Amino acid sequence: MALDLGGRILRSRTVAALASPHGIDRYLTQINPMLAAHEVRARITDIHPEVSAPGAPRVATVTLQPTSTWRGHRAGQHVSVGIDTGEGRRTTRVFTVSNTESKPGEPLTITVRAHEDEHATPYSISKFLTERATVGTLVHLSQAEGDFVLPDRVPEHIVLISGGSGITPVMSMLRSLQRRTHRGKVTFLHWAPSADRQIFADELDEIRRQGHGVDLHIMHTSDGAPYLSPALLEKLVPGFREVPTWACGPASLIEAAQAAYAGTESLRVEYFKPPRTAGVAGGEMEFARTGKSVANDGATILDQAEAAGLTPESGCRMGICFSCVTNKSSGRVRNVLTGETSELPDEQIRICVSTPEGDCSVDL
Amino acid sequence: MTSVEKTGNRRLSPEELEAFGAEMEAIRQRIVADLGEEDSAYIYDIVKKQRAFELAGRALFYLPVIGWVPAVACLSISKILDNMEIGHNVMHGQYDWMGDPDLNSRMFDWDTMAPAENWKYGHNYMHHTFTNIVGKDRDVGYGILRMDEDQKWHPYYLGNPLYAFLLMTFFEWGVAMHDLEVDELVAGRRTWAENKEIGARIWRKVKKQTLKDYVLFPLLTGPLAPLTFAGNFTANIIRNIWTFNIIFCGHFPAGVASFSQEECEDETQGHWYYRQLLGSANITGSRTFHIMSGNLSHQIEHHLFPDLPARRYPEIAEEVREICERYGLAYNTGPLRKQLFGVFKKICKYALPDRKSEAAAAAEPTPVLEGVAA
Repeated sequence: MALDLGGRILRSRTVAALASPHGIDRYLTQINPMLAAHEVRARITDIHPEVSAPGAPRVATVTLQPTSTWRGHRAGQHVSVGIDTGEGRRTTRVFTVSNTESKPGEPLTITVRAHEDEHATPYSISKFLTERATVGTLVHLSQAEGDFVLPDRVPEHIVLISGGSGITPVMSMLRSLQRRTHRGKVTFLHWAPSADRQIFADELDEIRRQGHGVDLHIMHTSDGAPYLSPALLEKLVPGFREVPTWACGPASLIEAAQAAYAGTESLRVEYFKPPRTAGVAGGEMEFARTGKSVANDGATILDQAEAAGLTPESGCRMGICFSCVTNKSSGRVRNVLTGETSELPDEQIRICVSTPEGDCSVDL
Repeated sequence: MTSVEKTGNRRLSPEELEAFGAEMEAIRQRIVADLGEEDSAYIYDIVKKQRAFELAGRALFYLPVIGWVPAVACLSISKILDNMEIGHNVMHGQYDWMGDPDLNSRMFDWDTMAPAENWKYGHNYMHHTFTNIVGKDRDVGYGILRMDEDQKWHPYYLGNPLYAFLLMTFFEWGVAMHDLEVDELVAGRRTWAENKEIGARIWRKVKKQTLKDYVLFPLLTGPLAPLTFAGNFTANIIRNIWTFNIIFCGHFPAGVASFSQEECEDETQGHWYYRQLLGSANITGSRTFHIMSGNLSHQIEHHLFPDLPARRYPEIAEEVREICERYGLAYNTGPLRKQLFGVFKKICKYALPDRKSEAAAAAEPTPVLEGVAA
């Protein structure tokens, strides 16, 4: 109660006016980084290895104790994670929250697979978290975001589809369903390269053994398992196009699912990585502020800018965090996530998920 | 115009300019590659100190009588650090590479009347791109003063010293209003519509700053409110005077060159560096002095490399000096009193009509406040 009163005072308009223009959090953080009125920060309280097979990239589940400002999350949502990884640089990337739904101020976990990230120095955030971070490391968070979530009333039968690391939001959904004691049926289809790289292997075994309405199918492609196809879906889930489905994974899996569901509204998708499909090459990509221009090669504007030697600001590189928002003064761009095009002048665009179509000019 | 020749400098050949530019570019590349832990630790430390001075200043107003002078001192230091070593430099993007939103040029706003967004356009773009190009750089005289002989004389400019004094005292207001380009508005080259958004931003920021310094913090000290009000006002004025003097010493002491628009058409990178060098002047002083000036005491280095962390300027300065010597270019530096005297002389000199071109100027009357007409 006392704490709540303190929070209300710190978030009051009077305090905001007194702390203007910097904001009260800029002062609180000088006292203790875990004191915050608006922002969310967290300390790592546990790092649990999930996969440490020789030769395979490490996977770890990191538990975070957030500040009281954390509003909780719904299964399937993601969060921006910023960490000072050394050399005075902070890297921010987006991860799915992998534990069951959390209430305000409750701990959350993220499950991270180590991979290289040429745009993050000196370490990729996933490598830092799996190899270098220790208990006590400070982490800067956003609130949970994203609408790839289960509805409050979960339908009688649902299908969950995931590929690779895309299992994390789906796993969070499954765990939350079990906690909510969902009585309906869940068909869970997961594709992974091989058995020894399987995240959450023990927990999945446990789910398989217990049954409890979860129909689990794990396909290891290295063992020659079939890829997602309408025929396979029909075999496992007869009449699948009518069953509410949540799918998260790499672009190839999402595209296969979209083709299989043929535009029905049952399917909700989340890209684990933005599709790498190249846009249309041609025309001139102009970076107006630096006066540079290149021949448009169809890649995202962010990639083209970096290839031209510019260092525009960016974060998640998948259209989530809005760090890279830039003014496009002219030209048509395609959003690689939605396929939508727009050609309004002076438009704020996320350059990490926008490819130019023809001549285009941005303020970089 | 105080042409390059008048400052005793020589013009470089196109080949020399190219080589000169390449040497500057090499410095830049080397520093960019070297940015890291020390730079981030430095700015975090300055921020910490600024916050501490600010809190101490606000708190000392509760101490009647004996607290007042130290309170004003702490608050003045806090505001100077906030505006210069932190605000000005962060908003140049000097720390964007750190990836910390608190020190990001797009997010940061400073403790002064001027809204960050307006200032960044007028300063980072107009002033830093067109530095000392008469008729393009609006910081030549700020549209108020006559600081160059190419600005046509008008009886209005007899008030030059008075205007300078007022601008110095209320500098934060001057900086805020600067972006409205009132002189351009009067001359009919700018419309009210263009100013709508800029004006709205100024109004919002002014309300916030006024509420904080002149209403809320005084009220919080209860019966001491009038003293707190006076203290906050004094701290703002002290910061104004300090920043005005540092900034005017950066571009207006004796020996600083200005350029015509023709000279800078299709400018090469080498000439851009050359112009930045000759259009700026440094001030010598102690380490504390440099920090309190936001390292704008190294105005030359700042203009050559506006987006490199300012704490690097002293180290870069030695190399720049050496390069200047090799190219036979002057490196304009001196103690504060010398540079200030140069500025003062200019303000007074240009208040009066030019002796030789007086007749020409009188033949063509110019509207009041025309400022830097091309």
